Amino acid sequence: MANIPQEEYIFKTTSACAGCSSSLCLRHILKAAGPDSVLVVPACCTSVIQGIYPNTAFNIPVYNVAFAAAAAVASGMSTALRAAGRKTNVICYAGDGGTVDIGIQALSGALERGTDFLYICYDNEAYSNTGMQRSGGTPLGAATTTTPGGKTEGKKDLDLIVEAHDPPYMATACSAYPIDLYKKVEKALSIEGPTFIHILAPCPPGWRYPADKTVEMGKLAVRTGMWILYEREHGQLSISGPSKNAMRKPLPIEEYLEKQGRFKNIDQRSITVLQQQVERHMARIAREAEGIC
Amino acid sequence: MLTIATGNKAVADAVKDAVPAIVAAYPITPQTEIVEQIANYVASGQLASKYIPVESEHSAMAACIGASATGARAFTATSSHGLVYMCEMLHWAVGARLPIVMANANRALGPGWNIWAEHTDSLSMRDTGWLQVYVGSVQEAYDATLMAFRIAEHNDVLLPVMVNLDGFALTHITQSLETVDPGDFIPPMHLPHAIDTGRPAGYGTLTAPGDYYRFRWDIERSMRNAVSVIEETQDEFGKRFGRTYGMTEEYRCADAEVVVVAMGTLGKEVEIAVDILRGQGVKAGSMRLRWFRPFPDLDLAGKEVVVIDRDYSFGFGGIVAHAIASKYDVPIFSVIAGLGGQEVTYDDIAGFVRDRRPGDEYWFGVDA
Repeated sequence: MANIPQEEYIFKTTSACAGCSSSLCLRHILKAAGPDSVLVVPACCTSVIQGIYPNTAFNIPVYNVAFAAAAAVASGMSTALRAAGRKTNVICYAGDGGTVDIGIQALSGALERGTDFLYICYDNEAYSNTGMQRSGGTPLGAATTTTPGGKTEGKKDLDLIVEAHDPPYMATACSAYPIDLYKKVEKALSIEGPTFIHILAPCPPGWRYPADKTVEMGKLAVRTGMWILYEREHGQLSISGPSKNAMRKPLPIEEYLEKQGRFKNIDQRSITVLQQQVERHMARIAREAEGIC
Repeated sequence: MLTIATGNKAVADAVKDAVPAIVAAYPITPQTEIVEQIANYVASGQLASKYIPVESEHSAMAACIGASATGARAFTATSSHGLVYMCEMLHWAVGARLPIVMANANRALGPGWNIWAEHTDSLSMRDTGWLQVYVGSVQEAYDATLMAFRIAEHNDVLLPVMVNLDGFALTHITQSLETVDPGDFIPPMHLPHAIDTGRPAGYGTLTAPGDYYRFRWDIERSMRNAVSVIEETQDEFGKRFGRTYGMTEEYRCADAEVVVVAMGTLGKEVEIAVDILRGQGVKAGSMRLRWFRPFPDLDLAGKEVVVIDRDYSFGFGGIVAHAIASKYDVPIFSVIAGLGGQEVTYDDIAGFVRDRRPGDEYWFGVDA
């Protein structure tokens, strides 16, 4: 942790839930970004945890915007700042709903236009801010308030969609690995053009596990292969350390599923489907890393 | 410089002369020529703006918001479905107090698909807090667009301005146009709440009931201030460039017994109808509403009023007629005409006045 700056841009007065991993991630993201940064935040948990006017727990300009609008607002902001000769980092920090569902058109447009910005999706796999409704990011079998019997469809593959836009840099990260995240944010911000980081952000009330298990839940996601850490720089994929280790001998996904209340009623068939998806995904990523794809 | 131009070209030329830092836009008939012309000015180096070719109108307004928030001048143009698609962001621009300027080519809404003139698109956005001006000629489209930047960015206003011109009836017709060298008519934009990383702040954070209404009242206070800013800007424009405008444009109103109120190109058409009626001994006048928000004070005392609405609020009535009825105790004959580009001639208008039935509503073309 020696290289991570001591400066704090998020104070201890946020109204985040106990064990909130997305605010933990944001703490490290802003340390990597530094003070010459603007955060663009669509409707999501982060819109709420800043605090209530006239107070804010964030010591950085935060531009709150409508749900579908983050990437487009960032597009205008970045273009205007660059036109004025300013290098200020423009960073979208959006949840999965605001990214894979309502915000995907604006994200796709901003990526396609080559907008100079960093888009970060913190994925807690549901509309957590409104109380855990199903999103396109919710995995198969997970119970939410709108899929009380468990989701019958799979998780939308956001990374494949983003990859199709061929951004100069994209990466995955997980709240349980803050140094990995920190380095990826640093690298993303050093590259001109649209860059993208997709973070798995476990959510205690949404996933129904005790608040003190947030780090463990992230580690289990990586160790089972449910989440793979990698980065793709100018088309070159490299698997990040924790996933390299995990992919040699991944844990069975049951070790991840059984610790979360949202999977309490998942059936064996869904577990098998999930396990097969994990294996296919690991194989695809491994092939790409070896240059066979 | 004296030239001839379409309404769309006039708007694009005004934008060229106002030099926004960014233009973010999405094509839609009948506005498309505006953004094509601007893209050409940018590509040929005649306009030093950044052009952001967004993927939707919602994103057009969102990008204008992002740019404007940094203190940069921003412009977009849209029409009809594009306008209502960006509705959410229209509200956002107002709440964020951003002086964005937008041209709207007034067009009917589908279904059925209809690309011709109607005012229901912009009038259905009347409660967003945007200033709205409706123009009646190519020259006025240019002049109003130029003035819109100065009005929006005035620190007593800091609200966005929508310049409305009738689809096809004005966007695509050709008239003479005199462009000007604006000089310092539009001062450099200074946004007091521009994003400043040296002064971190939360914009649009959660605002509780104890504070929210204060921001709403501040919008209304600025809307009220806008009346004098508009008048002062129009006066200054007249002094510098020789063309004068009011909140309304009145024609033979002083001694009129019956006044026709309309907006846009139909409002210009009324002036010809008034001459016809005067020739027939009817003491008619025309009061073309230019500004709809803020809504002007109208001198209608003692007159009968015929309102022509090129719009409708279903289950209620003509939007302009009811705006006037709610403010003035005058006999009103409400005419609904010109919807979806329906042909309305000055002879038809003269007929509305001759056959007026104060207190009634009349749908032109529908058997009564």
